[in-house]
Amino acid sequence: MARGEKKPRLAVWKFASCDGCQLSLLDCEDELLAVAGALDVAYFPEATRAEISGTYDLSLVEGSVTTAHDAERIQEVRRRSKFLVTIGACATAGGIQALRNFADVKEYTSVVYARPDYIETLATSTPIAEHVAVDFELRGCPISKRQLLEVVSAYLAGRRPVTPPHSTCIECKLKGNVCVMVAHGTPCLGPATHAGCGALCPSYDRGCYGCFGPMESPNAVSLSRRLQDLGMDAAALKRVYRSFNAGASAFRKESERHGK
Amino acid sequence: MGNRTIKVDYLARVEGEGAFKVVVRDGKVQEAELRIFEPPRFFEAFLRGRSIDELSDIVARICGICPVAYQMSAVHAVENALGITVDGPLRELRRLLYCGEWIESHVLHVTMLHAPDFLGYQGGIDMARDHGEAVRRGLALKKAGNDILTLLGGREIHPINVRVGGFYRAPRRRELAPLAETLKRARDQALETLRWVAGFDFPDRERDYTFVSLRHPDEYPFNEGHIVSNRGLDIAAADYDDHFGEIHVAHSTALQSRMTDGGAYLVGPLARYSLNFDKLSPAVQQAAREAGLGEVCRNPYQSIVVRAVEALHAVEEALRIIADYQEPERPAMAIEPAAGVGFAATEAPRGMLWHRYVLNGDGTIAEARIVPPTSQNQACIEEDLTSFIGGFLDLPDEALQHRCEQTVRNYDPCISCATHFLRLDVDRG
Repeated sequence: MARGEKKPRLAVWKFASCDGCQLSLLDCEDELLAVAGALDVAYFPEATRAEISGTYDLSLVEGSVTTAHDAERIQEVRRRSKFLVTIGACATAGGIQALRNFADVKEYTSVVYARPDYIETLATSTPIAEHVAVDFELRGCPISKRQLLEVVSAYLAGRRPVTPPHSTCIECKLKGNVCVMVAHGTPCLGPATHAGCGALCPSYDRGCYGCFGPMESPNAVSLSRRLQDLGMDAAALKRVYRSFNAGASAFRKESERHGK
Repeated sequence: MGNRTIKVDYLARVEGEGAFKVVVRDGKVQEAELRIFEPPRFFEAFLRGRSIDELSDIVARICGICPVAYQMSAVHAVENALGITVDGPLRELRRLLYCGEWIESHVLHVTMLHAPDFLGYQGGIDMARDHGEAVRRGLALKKAGNDILTLLGGREIHPINVRVGGFYRAPRRRELAPLAETLKRARDQALETLRWVAGFDFPDRERDYTFVSLRHPDEYPFNEGHIVSNRGLDIAAADYDDHFGEIHVAHSTALQSRMTDGGAYLVGPLARYSLNFDKLSPAVQQAAREAGLGEVCRNPYQSIVVRAVEALHAVEEALRIIADYQEPERPAMAIEPAAGVGFAATEAPRGMLWHRYVLNGDGTIAEARIVPPTSQNQACIEEDLTSFIGGFLDLPDEALQHRCEQTVRNYDPCISCATHFLRLDVDRG
């Protein structure tokens, strides 16, 4: 970059979330200072109290929309962002807090709070793309550091990020793992789950639990039949699709086939 | 200077969404309010009906910075309900995992979030321009903590290897060997970090806190111990409700905890250190003394030094565990679901984290209750602002605001955590 040329401005926004996806940026211990050298960190309250107002070239948005105030705020974030990337399961699918979408939020509030009247919340937790146009989505609960750096590098190079939409099974095969479902009879969501984690759970002798959400065109109906053969009942099947990506269409629909 | 209002609408360099307001009337602090507006996520509500096999994955998502703490309190509480004790190498591995989290969480706060307050920067990244070596050293140390989490847990954030009864896969001895090499370097980095923060300028302020933490007969506490205080409290986790309560105030989506006598209390590094100094190794005790600490620390601005001491302790403890590690026969104990009630408290980086579960006979959860450390510290944070800020009123507004922020950041508040679990039985607000 030529001297005096302005660096692109980076902003990191938080909606309803655990902060883990934005923490992924601070967890890039070896690359953080290089990222800060290539981009102007203009708004990132988890890391700095400095704030540059105006517009941002690259906005990373974490979290889902769960309050009326946040539904307004995301519009403002969109207006001020040239390229908006949603990071993680909350921002792309509503997160674990989207379990309220299948329940009565008033009942939830009364279970948790003594004074439900102090609490303002929407009945649903919704992904950012239901509210504004999104330029790119990064999956995962949490996102992968490697994929986050790919998004930033691709942005700086002016190309599309490469994040394959195939299933976790492919990553497992590439890694040379023994299939936990075929060899050990362990239920695994890998065949329907979006790649990105590096087939983490099967590498630790457990089945994938779908934290990267559905792959492109999953055959969840067929997977459920296999899971049934392995001993999962309807309640367990409903639960397995209804976790961190419960709001993602393919998982939501499949969970609803096994119970309300 | 008589009447001023210092307001911060979005507090930076903390985890989650919070704000505060300090009202000064006639040269005195009249009111200090920590406002938490992080949207609620209702974990305690949707945990009902979930399986104990999913619990540690779900509660991890309360907090991206301290997921292990949630996993540990949850699995210990369920094991308590089922009458199981996880011992031997599996217990040691759980301690090792917790070491990783203490290192990454403490060093993130010390280096990137809190040190900039003492050195006059907006954040760690701009501080790196002038203090590059200290920041790079901190990042390397933080990474050593994350290396433990990645090896043992699969990844830094939301580890996937924790289950009721133990782990899905236990590491081989040879897998841990390279980690020991990293941790030997980390020990030097931790010692240098401690010396670095010990040289900061600390406001000379103390309060006579009620400290609450776990205490174990043989160890600096992680997963096990009685809940004790410096006022003579000494109880099991199961008796927590007899001595502590939560209240719901209008300005916060997080419940505030109090002792049942209404008093505020402090959890976290200051309490842990002051109640367990004798359980640190002689070398760590010596390092703490050289850093200017006594056996008790009542100055919250020195919490950054105590965190650095605890990071050093965690590195040493991790090295000890790896050196002594014997591979377990099985990665987890067998679990038979049963109905019951279980309690556990463990020491999250920010302080005691208490869980209670009622289990159904089919291995699902009937009731969940979680009290995170930042909920417990909220009242203390407000009292610190009320007590200390009066002495700083000669500062101009911008500097005073920064001092208020620093005072809140002394607690490394995790607002995301505090919000997700608010529940309460009595409203005294």
